[in-house]
Amino acid sequence: MNLSVNIAGVELKNPVMPASGTFGSGLEYSDFVNLSELGAVVTKGVSNVPWIGNDTPRIAETKSGMLNAVGLQNPGVDLFLERDIPYLKKYDTKIIVNVCGKTTEEYCEVVERLSDAPVDLLEINISCPNVKAGGIAFGQDPECAMAITQEVKKYAKQPIIMKLSPNVTDITEMAKAVEAGGADAISLINTLTGMKIDVHRQKFVLANRTGGLSGPAIKPVAVRMVYQVFRAVDVPIIGMGGIASAEDALEFILAGATAVAVGTANFHNPAIMPEIIQGLANYMKKYKISDIQDLIGVVE
Amino acid sequence: MNEKREALVLSQGEIAKDIYDLWIKQPEIAGAARPGQFVMIYCEDNSRLLPRPISICEVNAEKGHLRLVYRIAGEGTAEFSKLVSADRVKVMGPLGNGFPLITKKAILVGGGIGIPPMLELARRLKGEKQIVLGYRDERFLDKDLERFGRVWIATEDGSAGTKGTVIDAIKEHKLEAEVIYACGPTPMLKALQKYAIVHNIECYLSLEERMACGIGACLACVCKSVGRDEHTNVHNKRVCKDGPVFEAREVEL
Repeated sequence: MNLSVNIAGVELKNPVMPASGTFGSGLEYSDFVNLSELGAVVTKGVSNVPWIGNDTPRIAETKSGMLNAVGLQNPGVDLFLERDIPYLKKYDTKIIVNVCGKTTEEYCEVVERLSDAPVDLLEINISCPNVKAGGIAFGQDPECAMAITQEVKKYAKQPIIMKLSPNVTDITEMAKAVEAGGADAISLINTLTGMKIDVHRQKFVLANRTGGLSGPAIKPVAVRMVYQVFRAVDVPIIGMGGIASAEDALEFILAGATAVAVGTANFHNPAIMPEIIQGLANYMKKYKISDIQDLIGVVE
Repeated sequence: MNEKREALVLSQGEIAKDIYDLWIKQPEIAGAARPGQFVMIYCEDNSRLLPRPISICEVNAEKGHLRLVYRIAGEGTAEFSKLVSADRVKVMGPLGNGFPLITKKAILVGGGIGIPPMLELARRLKGEKQIVLGYRDERFLDKDLERFGRVWIATEDGSAGTKGTVIDAIKEHKLEAEVIYACGPTPMLKALQKYAIVHNIECYLSLEERMACGIGACLACVCKSVGRDEHTNVHNKRVCKDGPVFEAREVEL
C-alpha cells in the first residue's frame, strides 16, 4: 500500500500535515505526536523580524468552529533558523516553512534567508485576514498575487506553495494567477473572515473585531474550492479547512487535493494526525486501493 | 507521551449558584498535579471544539482523584455541570507551571472563581498561612480552606466579613506576609500587584485568558510581560505554558 505523495518534486511519506499556525513549529505537540509519523510539519508564519501579534482576546469559539486573530505573532526568521529548524531536523519528516510579510520586500527577505536552510518547501501566506498590511491584500487581487509569486520565485531555492484566501469571489482566478506567476503548488483554504459579538457586554469578542473562521464549519466551502481549483490549474494542491477525520481528508483528496492539512482539529485532539493517517490506510485496505494517488480528484 | 485521557466521574454537586464541585478519577493527572496548574476538559458535543481550562482545586494523588470547582460560564461548562457519578469525561493535563511552594509567612488570596486553586495550595504550603477570600455574595469553599489556616472574608454586599475587596480585608486586619499568592478577577490581581510592589512583597498571580491548544503552540492566550518570552522573544508570555502563575513584577495587567 502506498500512502506517499509528491508535492513539486518533494516526496511526503503520507499526505497529512498540520495547517500553519495551529502547530507552532511542532515542539509543543511533540509530547503528543511523533513528528516523524507526519508527511510534513508546516510551521507557523515566519516574518523578517519578530511580530508581536494582536491584542487579546485573540480567539473565540463558534458553533463547529472558532475565530482567531492571533496576528501572526512569531520570533522572526533569525531565531527561527537558529532554534526551530535544527529542532525539526531531528525528525524524519519534511519541513514546510510558512512565510509572511507586510510588503513584497519583506516576503522576499524571508525567502532569501531561508534559501540555504534545510527546508523542503516554502508556503507563502498571502491570505492571513488578521494583519493590517500585506497578507490578505496580496491574496484578493489576481494581479497582485501573480506579481508577488513572480518576485518570491526569484529568491526561492525551494519550491513554493502559494496559500490562497477563500475571501474572494472566484477562487479559480486566484489559483490561475499564482500558477501563471510560477507557483509550484497551491494550498487552500486559509480562514474565512468572521465576527462574533458579545450581546451581554455589547462588544466585539475579539480585540481585533474580526477573525479568521476555521474548523468543521468551513469544510464544505473548502472542499468546493479545492474541487474548483483542481479543475482550473495543473499544480498540486494541499487541501485544508475543517479536516477532523480520515473521511474529511478523503473528501479533499477525492476533490483534487494531493495532500491535506489539519488545523483546528489539533486543538480538539492533539494526537489527531496519526489517527487520520491510520484512517486513510484503513480506507485503502477496505476499498482495495493500492496507491493513494489513485484517489486524487477522481470525483468529477 | 502525553495525551487526552479518559476520567471517571466520582461525584458532582452545586455548591453555590452556578458553582459546581466535580470529583474525577484520573490517576496519571492526579499523580502529577501541582497547585496552580489546570486541566483541559473536552465537551462531548463536537460542535464545541475547544477544551475548557479548569483549575485544579484539590488532589488526592494516592487515590488518583482530582477535584475541580468551576463556574458555568457558557455552553461548555453547562455541559460539564450535567455530569454525574460513573460518567466518563476526556481530560488533558496537568498543564501550566503552578505556584512555587515557598515556606514563608504567606497570604493566599482567592476572588470568586479564583478561590478553588487556593485549596490545594493551602494544603501543600508548609509555612504560616493567612487566607483571604473575596465574594460577590454567596460563599463557597471557605469551610474547606479553614482546615489549613485562618480565613478572612470580604464580600461586595457586606453580607459577611469586610464589606469591600480583598485588599480592604487585608488592610482592616493588618495582615502581613513575606509572600502573596493570588487568583481571581483581573482588577483584584491588579490591586494585589500594586500592593505587593509598594510593600516590597514577593507575589505570585494566576492569570486567566481565552485558550485554544493549552500547550503553548497556538499563541492565543498571551499576556504582556516585562521580560522577553521564550517562544517569540518579544514581551508576550503564554498564559497556558509560561503561566498561568507569574510573579507580580513579571507581567503587565
